[in-house]
Amino acid sequence: MKFALTTAPHLTPMKHLDELMRSVILALVPGITALVMAFGPGVLIQCVMAILTAVITEGVALRLRGRPILIRLKDYSAVLTGILLAISIPPLSPWWLIVFGTTISLIIGKHIYGGLGYNPFNPAMLGYAVLLIAFPKNMTAWVTPSELLSSIPSLQELIEIIFNPNLSHYDGLTTATPLDTTRTQLGMQRLLDDIHSQKIFAIIGGKGWQWANAGFLVGGLWLLKQRMISWPIPMSFLGALTFCSLMFHLSAPTVYPNPLFHLFTGGTMLGAFFIATDPVTAATTPKGRLIYGALIGVLVFVIRSLGGYPDGVAFAVLLMNLAAPTIDHYSQPRTYGHQK
Amino acid sequence: MLAVLVVTILFTGLAGLLAYSGQRLNIETKPITESINSLLPQTQCGQCGYPGCRPYAEAISKQEADINRCPPGGEETVRSLAELLGLEFKPLDEAHGIAKPPQVAFIDEERCIGCTLCIQACPVDAIIGASRLMHTIITAECTGCELCIPPCPVDCIDLLAIPNTPANWRSPSPEKSAC
Amino acid sequence: MLSLERFFGGLFLDGNKRVSTQTPIRDMPLSQRLMIPLVQRNGLEAHELLPIGSRVLKGTAIGGGSNPMDPWILAPTSGYLKAIEQYTLPHPSGLSGKTWVLEPDGLDEPIHLPALKHYHTLTTEALINRIEQAGITGLGGAAFPTAAKFKSPLNAIDTLIINGAECEPYITCDEALMKERPDLILQGAYIAAHLLKATQCLIALENDKYDAIGAVTTALNAHKNRTIELVKVPSIYPVGGEKQLIKTITGREVPSGGIPADIGILCINVGTCAAIARAVLCGEPLHSRIVTVTGQGVLNPQNVKVHFGTPLADVIAFCGGYTEKATQLILGGPMMGFSVSTDEIPIAHNVNTLLIAGSKEIRDREQPSSPCIRCGDCATVCPMQLTPQQMYWYVKSDQLDRAVDYHLSDCIECGSCDVVCPSHIPLTQFFRSGKTQLKLKEHGLQMAERARLRFEDRQVRLDASEREKAAALLQRKTKLEQGTNPEIQQAIERAKHKRAEKLKQVAPIPPQLNSGSED
Repeated sequence: MKFALTTAPHLTPMKHLDELMRSVILALVPGITALVMAFGPGVLIQCVMAILTAVITEGVALRLRGRPILIRLKDYSAVLTGILLAISIPPLSPWWLIVFGTTISLIIGKHIYGGLGYNPFNPAMLGYAVLLIAFPKNMTAWVTPSELLSSIPSLQELIEIIFNPNLSHYDGLTTATPLDTTRTQLGMQRLLDDIHSQKIFAIIGGKGWQWANAGFLVGGLWLLKQRMISWPIPMSFLGALTFCSLMFHLSAPTVYPNPLFHLFTGGTMLGAFFIATDPVTAATTPKGRLIYGALIGVLVFVIRSLGGYPDGVAFAVLLMNLAAPTIDHYSQPRTYGHQK
Repeated sequence: MLAVLVVTILFTGLAGLLAYSGQRLNIETKPITESINSLLPQTQCGQCGYPGCRPYAEAISKQEADINRCPPGGEETVRSLAELLGLEFKPLDEAHGIAKPPQVAFIDEERCIGCTLCIQACPVDAIIGASRLMHTIITAECTGCELCIPPCPVDCIDLLAIPNTPANWRSPSPEKSAC
Repeated sequence: MLSLERFFGGLFLDGNKRVSTQTPIRDMPLSQRLMIPLVQRNGLEAHELLPIGSRVLKGTAIGGGSNPMDPWILAPTSGYLKAIEQYTLPHPSGLSGKTWVLEPDGLDEPIHLPALKHYHTLTTEALINRIEQAGITGLGGAAFPTAAKFKSPLNAIDTLIINGAECEPYITCDEALMKERPDLILQGAYIAAHLLKATQCLIALENDKYDAIGAVTTALNAHKNRTIELVKVPSIYPVGGEKQLIKTITGREVPSGGIPADIGILCINVGTCAAIARAVLCGEPLHSRIVTVTGQGVLNPQNVKVHFGTPLADVIAFCGGYTEKATQLILGGPMMGFSVSTDEIPIAHNVNTLLIAGSKEIRDREQPSSPCIRCGDCATVCPMQLTPQQMYWYVKSDQLDRAVDYHLSDCIECGSCDVVCPSHIPLTQFFRSGKTQLKLKEHGLQMAERARLRFEDRQVRLDASEREKAAALLQRKTKLEQGTNPEIQQAIERAKHKRAEKLKQVAPIPPQLNSGSED
């Protein structure tokens, strides 16, 4: 009897790429729900546009590169990039912002390097950075939390805003983020307690922001439990951020916000569990991951407190993406049977 | 005026320091010919046009010869040479012969007349025998260079491909899959 | 009680072992033809020691190699050496090799090896000699010649480990042997411990093999000599690999490129142990082994005792034959076994399992792999603490030197990284390919070096003879020019003298004839 030949090992694989990506998308659901509850369904519209753009762009790029399309689309990596970008930008951004951003993320952030697995920079963060630098006004115009609005716009009105960007009718709908407000007003020499007693701030973070971060934290912990991501990066990131902010806060409580504020505002939890843990662009060795995560935490704190941008997660991640290969090189673990 | 003097003295001093340290701290680098020779297969066949591998290595180091003239080394040798010297990879120059699978020579003892012409031709002394006595090839030392074939007056030397055994089997590389 | 360490990495795998341990080990009757490959351990051909047509006994040496590390190839039963054929070898290459065809005569007459019941009075050399004569090689899968293994330790061996940790799924031959003949294993262990003068002897089993643990414990208790300790190791793949087992039991690591004997430890498989016991105590040469026949593709999965040389087809037929689910034939376990395309292959020392797999039991390699996403899971499970990801990049791009920097040579090809890769990249195959490439490249460099040295020596010799010739020529020339060469003068004198002598010898012509002509 004749048999086919294959190579060992012959057991069915234990992990699958598309499962990994789908789990990550699923884990984003609590956080996105919180965002919708806090800032309205605008973020969902952005997500839908991002997914559409992502799938089309990925398909076109793969076609141009002469690669098989269906297999790569089925692994959901483009969809994930689109969603991550969509939840990072203001929910009522004009439609062209997310389309442009997603296209840039995928083409310049991923495909010119060779596609999945070959990009040195986190594609979603690259897109975010490009948008922030190119369209600063649009990117800093965040939506006022729904609980502070006198009249909540309907879904139809929101769609109109997004597709026909003319916000003059809707004053008071946009506002700066808590981080942005803190930074600007500290610059104006106001005291922290005064700043944080304003309406957009809540007990821990900003109104709405704290719930969004809590949602992402829940999702992230679930991913950890499912062993889809590993603990060194989130732990070292959050740990370093807590440590830095604690030190500075204790030394000057009127100028530096407390650690809880840092942890539950901005893109902290999203960054810790979903962005910094992107395996392609992070460090790969266990020690390397601890260093990588910790340095991201430090950089986030530095950019937030001393830098020119309100939230530092995107730039911190991109800077550490640059350093990841070097970190890997110097943190190689010891092999069995060798001294070091 | 003072400035000119100061600068002149400074630069002369620095130049002297550089020259001195250049001599004193000089590291003995391996001559490039040695490195090139170590990448060649040492068949000593002469197909490249030079009488042996070392002369070819010297010619390469002097840039008198191209790196793609060695058929026994095949493409792999061209690639290693290209990497060593920072040159572009070129396919093997067919004018100097085609790459063949590994082979060894074999003397048909029925036809051998004991003339010793092949013994004199073999560059690695892989043939034993004497005048009017049987000649035979030491298979383990034969490099397959084919230099013994032309001198043989009775054409009793054949080239045999080295058979595939589990000893020289190469586990196949998986196909480089798409993406 | 020994405290155990945990080796790095490893996987928890489903055993799938129950299916082949439902029945006791069955002895398989002799096949009509036994095919014994004439292949040395290094892959080169062995030469036949007897002419075709010879009658041989069980244990007669019928093939040998040039390497002293290679054991003699012995006849597994008595019979006639009918022919030499090209037959497929039990090797992943699928190559054929020179093979003896032995027709058993049914008498099973062994060569005469006296039973050495009082082995503890014998020298180490005598015992190793007996192991060599019995043709014993390791039966754990690597088939390393046991006599050579025992001869090699330069330092004293302080720990002898009997390896019964059968960690790969589906394989149960060791477990079956431990359940049915623990006494043989222990006797072999005592012999080996005596031979090596080991201070400590341990028998290692996985902690979830309760029946085997029970049987071995009972056997240990029956012996008054209580020097062997039973160690239960956690059932993590690949704890049965000797490097991982040594780390688990002793906490020590075998140095890279070295052997366990370098740190005073020796590991032997339980099957090898039993063979040693038979060889020493009964004078029986190694002629058969236990093979697990399992998988959805065979009707009656079980353990069978098979003579070496039995074609796989006969073994499978003995176990009920193929089912319609049979898709692949794998020699060895699902993690490290190699697949073969035909069942016309003989059982050799290295074949411990026949896994006739159904399509659902094994992975579909037709699906293309995705790009590496650098998740690092491969490094998390590697029992040698390597970074498979980096090795993969370098082997794939033909940069073997860099792959060696990441310790490619230390890879034990266990396959753990491969099964956890989410992109389904065939990592282990890349490493196997890289390692064989490396071996061939090193061999090529060695041969090139030899050729270079021979060439240079030849140049030296030719130059020397040229110089000698030139010098001799010059000498003769100068002597000639000077004209005072005494040798030449002597030669001329000698020639003159000779001519004069010759003239004297010729009869003088009578004077009358001479004058007559003048008138």
